[in-house]
Amino acid sequence: MGSVKIFHALYNDDDILLSAVKKIKEKHYDIEEVYTPFPVHGLDKAMGLEPTRIAIAAFIYGCIGITVATLMMNYIMIVDWPQNIGGKPSFSYLENMPAFVPIMFEMTVFHAAHLMVITFYLRSRMWPLKKAENPDPRTTDDHFLVEIHTDKSEAGLKKLLRESGAVEINEVKNNEH
Amino acid sequence: MYTLSNRFKIFSLSLIILGSLGWFYSYSKSHLTIEEVKTLLAEESHHGSHSDHTHSMDHQNEIHHNEGVYEDEKHENDDEAHSHEDEHAEHVLHQIHNRPYAALYVAAFFFMMISLGVLAFYAIQYASQAGWSPVLFRVMEAITYYLLPGALMVLLIAIIGDKHIFIWMDPEVVAHDKIIQAKESWLNKNAFILRGLIYIGGWSLYRYFSRKFSLAQDKANDNKNFKKNFQISAGFLVFFMYTESMMSWDWIMSVDPHWFSTLFGWYVFASMVVSGITVIALITIYLNSKGLMKYVNDSHLHDLAKFMFGFSVFWAYLWFSQFMLIWYANIPEEVTYFVTRIEMYPIPFFTMFCLNFIFPFLVLMNSDYKRIPIFIIMAGVIILVGHYMDVYMMIMPATVIDRYGFGIAEFSSILIFLGLFLLLVFYALSKEELLAKGNPMIKESENFHY
Repeated sequence: MGSVKIFHALYNDDDILLSAVKKIKEKHYDIEEVYTPFPVHGLDKAMGLEPTRIAIAAFIYGCIGITVATLMMNYIMIVDWPQNIGGKPSFSYLENMPAFVPIMFEMTVFHAAHLMVITFYLRSRMWPLKKAENPDPRTTDDHFLVEIHTDKSEAGLKKLLRESGAVEINEVKNNEH
Repeated sequence: MYTLSNRFKIFSLSLIILGSLGWFYSYSKSHLTIEEVKTLLAEESHHGSHSDHTHSMDHQNEIHHNEGVYEDEKHENDDEAHSHEDEHAEHVLHQIHNRPYAALYVAAFFFMMISLGVLAFYAIQYASQAGWSPVLFRVMEAITYYLLPGALMVLLIAIIGDKHIFIWMDPEVVAHDKIIQAKESWLNKNAFILRGLIYIGGWSLYRYFSRKFSLAQDKANDNKNFKKNFQISAGFLVFFMYTESMMSWDWIMSVDPHWFSTLFGWYVFASMVVSGITVIALITIYLNSKGLMKYVNDSHLHDLAKFMFGFSVFWAYLWFSQFMLIWYANIPEEVTYFVTRIEMYPIPFFTMFCLNFIFPFLVLMNSDYKRIPIFIIMAGVIILVGHYMDVYMMIMPATVIDRYGFGIAEFSSILIFLGLFLLLVFYALSKEELLAKGNPMIKESENFHY
């Protein structure tokens, strides 16, 4: 696809960015990615991204957590080393279940939270020693960058971007992608 | 603007009349003589429906009730098996007498609790200056309209029910009971009535002024009324936290006068808030379906459902905290509370927990379902049934012991207060515009978008 050109449009306000993204989408340009210094509320919907599936992942991780806790407590407290605590001889998991509920709860939350964060990082292609992908360091400070891939007319796009409030428009020549 | 149709009026009035008839029927049925009870007991042991297990529980319970009460009579117990049988029959007679009162009290408290929960939720909205909820204010105000009559009726039933509900109101029991004697400075009838009137007075005063300012704000050009509402709401919440807790000791916990739990107030609070929010959601969905609240969008429903979900979990947390500590410590005077409930009420006890926690937890967990009215209605009805059972589980084991059931007495009591609740709430809805249009947050609320 040699005819595809890549443009970077920079904005300096999140509200302007949001309305600009809507305008760009209206004209059917493909927004590849938006780089922002902080999460912009409603941007995912404006970009037309699919709804996140992390909630489903969290539910599965929670189920894993409660299972791990149950098996772990059963092994520790019933099978391996039963103890008489407070006059409650522990030879049955079910009869001692109320005492284990806090642990089951904590392990559920622990697994859901940690695995969810790890999933989010991996899904966002972020792992240790990874080189930053942001094309312009100003997006970590006070600028918002919209990356557009297009094979349509360059002039039309530039006009649209300028009208939408972009403070800077760059064409990316030698892309590494 | 909502108008109260005649059909609706006739419907709720007929609920009240039908309920009253049913209740008086069960009341007249409950007046058995001791001979009749004996035949009943003989029949029951004959049919074997009264299992040995329950019998032994009965016996234990009597021992518990009599512990320290008839200390000098203990050696008389083994005098004659016959005298014990008489005593047992008398206990059963009392329990059968208590049932219509207890049933009425449970239903009255349940509907009062919804209204009180909504009042607290409403005050929180003002005190936190929440931007999402002002479109729902008129619905909340209508629900709290029931509070004054509802709470007065709870107090009235408590006073009329007297020793049928509160064992410490029976001077004969107190005369033999050192533990209740020690608590008499708090648990005596005059103080009970006085405290009840203070609670109700305080809540109703807040409700009156807050409604007044809310209506005045609609016509005003400035935000003075809104600010006043903010201030009295913050003050009310302080008053409420104390009085709600004391109310739960007085009106519920004292039915088991030997037993106490320090987080009981919170536990009852969780119950009332979750039922209150559920009723807000249900009435909003109803009015929305009639096209009267066009400005309520699915984000408002989403937030209400989130609160329903959250407070259900909060309720379960407190329920379990109370249970686990008592279960683990296993101190006899504390643990009787749960022994009675688990051994005599196994099915309602565990069903209640499933209805109040597991069902709403699973149904309302999915974000998308929180926006779909049918799911909110389903979960809401289950939550309301569950919390009725919760109140039932607090009152019944202390009043009718093992003579419980869900019969005419309970059902007609619910009908009476349901009819009254619907009539008063929808009457209050029909009085004013359904949109608090003068509220300074109303634009934000109408455009609320999650």
